[in-house]
Amino acid sequence: MDMNQYLSMFIDESNDHLQSLNESMMGLEANPEDLSIVQVIFRSAHTLKGMAATMGFEDLASLTHQMENVLDLVRNNKLRMQDFIFDTLFKSLDALESMVEDITGGGEGKADVSAIVASLQAIVRGEIPSAAGAAAEVAAGAAAEAPVFLDEFQYSVLEQSLQEGHKVLYVDVAIRKDCQLKAVRAYMVFDLLERSGEVVKSFPSVQDIEQEKFDYSFSLYYITQKEASEIQAMILNLSEIDKVTAVALDQESLRQMGQEAVAATAEAPAPVKEAAPASNASPASAAHAKEETGKPAPVRTGGAPSRTIRVDIERLDVLMNLFSELLIDRVRLEQLASEVQNTDLTETVEHMGRVSGDLQNIVMKLRMVPVDTVFNRFPRMVRDLAKSLDKKIDLVVTGAETELDRTVIDEIGDPLVHLLRNAVDHGVEGIQDRLAAGKSDTGTVNLRAFHSGNHVFIEIEDDGAGINPQKILQSAIKKGILSQEQAANYSDDEAIQLLFAPGFSTAEVISDVSGRGVGLDVVKSKITSLGGNVVVYSTQGKGTNFSVQLPLTLSIIAAMLVRLGSEKYAIPLSSIVETGIVKHTQIRSIHGNKMVEFRNSHIPLVSLSKIFSVPDYDESTEEETEIVVVRKGERLVALAVQDFIGQNEIVIKNLGKYLPEVQGISGATILGDGQVALIIDPNAFIK
Amino acid sequence: MAEDIKVIVFKLGTEEYGIEVEKVQTIERMMPITRVPKTYSFIKGVINLRGVVIPVIDLRGRFGIEEAEHTDQTRIIIVAVNEMEVGFIVDSANDVIDLNQDAIDTPPDVVGGIKAKYLDGVAKIGEDRLLIMLNLSEVLNKNEIVQLESLEG
Repeated sequence: MDMNQYLSMFIDESNDHLQSLNESMMGLEANPEDLSIVQVIFRSAHTLKGMAATMGFEDLASLTHQMENVLDLVRNNKLRMQDFIFDTLFKSLDALESMVEDITGGGEGKADVSAIVASLQAIVRGEIPSAAGAAAEVAAGAAAEAPVFLDEFQYSVLEQSLQEGHKVLYVDVAIRKDCQLKAVRAYMVFDLLERSGEVVKSFPSVQDIEQEKFDYSFSLYYITQKEASEIQAMILNLSEIDKVTAVALDQESLRQMGQEAVAATAEAPAPVKEAAPASNASPASAAHAKEETGKPAPVRTGGAPSRTIRVDIERLDVLMNLFSELLIDRVRLEQLASEVQNTDLTETVEHMGRVSGDLQNIVMKLRMVPVDTVFNRFPRMVRDLAKSLDKKIDLVVTGAETELDRTVIDEIGDPLVHLLRNAVDHGVEGIQDRLAAGKSDTGTVNLRAFHSGNHVFIEIEDDGAGINPQKILQSAIKKGILSQEQAANYSDDEAIQLLFAPGFSTAEVISDVSGRGVGLDVVKSKITSLGGNVVVYSTQGKGTNFSVQLPLTLSIIAAMLVRLGSEKYAIPLSSIVETGIVKHTQIRSIHGNKMVEFRNSHIPLVSLSKIFSVPDYDESTEEETEIVVVRKGERLVALAVQDFIGQNEIVIKNLGKYLPEVQGISGATILGDGQVALIIDPNAFIK
Repeated sequence: MAEDIKVIVFKLGTEEYGIEVEKVQTIERMMPITRVPKTYSFIKGVINLRGVVIPVIDLRGRFGIEEAEHTDQTRIIIVAVNEMEVGFIVDSANDVIDLNQDAIDTPPDVVGGIKAKYLDGVAKIGEDRLLIMLNLSEVLNKNEIVQLESLEG
């Protein structure tokens, strides 16, 4: 069977599963007792394993298989989640992700996962090789004290032996720590026991003991005719044996041990947590978070499957392009119809206009994607980052369902990553500093997305130390961005915006997280290139808020077409306040700048023909001038034009890579007659 | 013998120039050009090429040769280099030839007033024709433009 046709489906679904695994793991970390999340994780892992095996990606399948083993123990209450297990599982997810990435890039999905597989297997065996050596010993000790749990088969064998009059012993053997060849000693114990009975079950397993994978002690269930004391003495006769306890079991105690076994193993890892307080910061902070917000982590249960189909992004782009062409033709048709003055034609064209309007809405909606597709990787990123920086940070995401045009979504990821890293690295203080400032040790980073008018806002707010405007100014002067005199005129708010100036980085210590100097200016230019804006607000001691404003869509806007001599320009309707006519006599000259009166105040009059050096039009020769009043924030400017042509939906095209950025021009569009008209960027005229 | 390459031949004044055929997308007759204000004088503006907006530069202006009136023969050669699509206005373009790479010599310092860095080489075809091979990445290099402007200015 040819698998290639399924490959893209496999990649898509794998990514979905990995994402849901990541999310569920985060949820579980915040809520380690919630076994329903484990079920969700288990199902995802299981599906992933099945798909990988079918597609022949063996490494992928085997790694997921090991993860499944661990998860299986957890969901059956045989293992309790703890830091080390979380870390290993997260590492496994990273490995899986890189494998899927490799497959996406046309690779075989092969990777050396032996280290991760080994630690997963160790977890399944009940060994917790925690980073702290002490913890490992405690864990081993705890495991040794706990009776070995038996499966059903072994239990029934023991029970039967008892009924037949044999004796069942539970034997704990400890070998002296200075023993050189502990595996050999263990073998001798086994050999001795096998001579006068049968070992039903040992912990660790016989294979592990043979490979010295045990910690100087082991325990076993043993069927024999001899008395417990006899066996104890026999074993003690061997050299280098430290301690032996042999306990005879009756049916009652056997049953009890069988039941307790489960509970005991579940309790066993508990001492590890106390032994390694340094490494269990995250469950603690998670618990803390729960107390504070009082809201459990969202659990994603498999609700009703939405009826969707996957469509190649390129096809959507083609659809969009075709639709743009149609729109151009529609505008052309409208022009022709108005010239011909035929009622039937006009009606048909009007109807077509309405239909294409609806069509446009649908096509635009198709391209809208919830910001969640970008946000969903952030919780994991912030978690890892906070851990590596030894900080406690809660990321609170709101408005993830807010929708944005796909082109914006594609581009906004990197700038947001940068801002979030900043918030975690520079924004939120270290635990000590936070406590010293009288704050809770856990910092909060809010990631918010919401609609407002024709824009979507994404805010990243931390409750950290805030920004010191004076420090910014000093740094800017030192770096030659500002002169001392200029700096004196800066308000605090203006000073903070200097963060976005090229070549600015306030980090006193350059960490590998952020602060390499290429920073916020790149973020800013990226966001501006998307037609958006970013500003920063900060209150010292309270925190910092980066607010990113993005346009809802990039490709089609309503615009006013104007004429300047033989040239046509488009002005985005969203920034137009009003159009009007002013007489020559109404234009005043103030300090050499032309101003006109507008709503009881005077606003600057900008001559587009002069700025664009239009060859065949000059408004100063006219008695009356048409003006378009445009707005940027609170500021208004009047643009002088020759004629208004009308209002149109226009498709935004860029000017091509070759053209350097042209001041006052944000792009181009194709008119109904096939000519190119430039789109004016009114913001450029308002300083 | 090295391989043959196909070359589009076009004229600026009396000189003949060549561009490898793979880099040429189409050759168009003159069409309405929308002027783009506040940019270099040799950038004539943008055109609508089947729904795509493409900047057009006058190759004469780019090389500092006096610009000429457009005639029936004037063509716009659309090239694609480094993911940039640009149209070149040339006096005429009416030939495609096979050129052996061995026939291309390294250029002398200045050919027809054009700096050598814009050239890939000079090829001799037939007895008396010289074909100047253009180095498109250099022609479209924007850093170069800034220097050029400052020299002119």
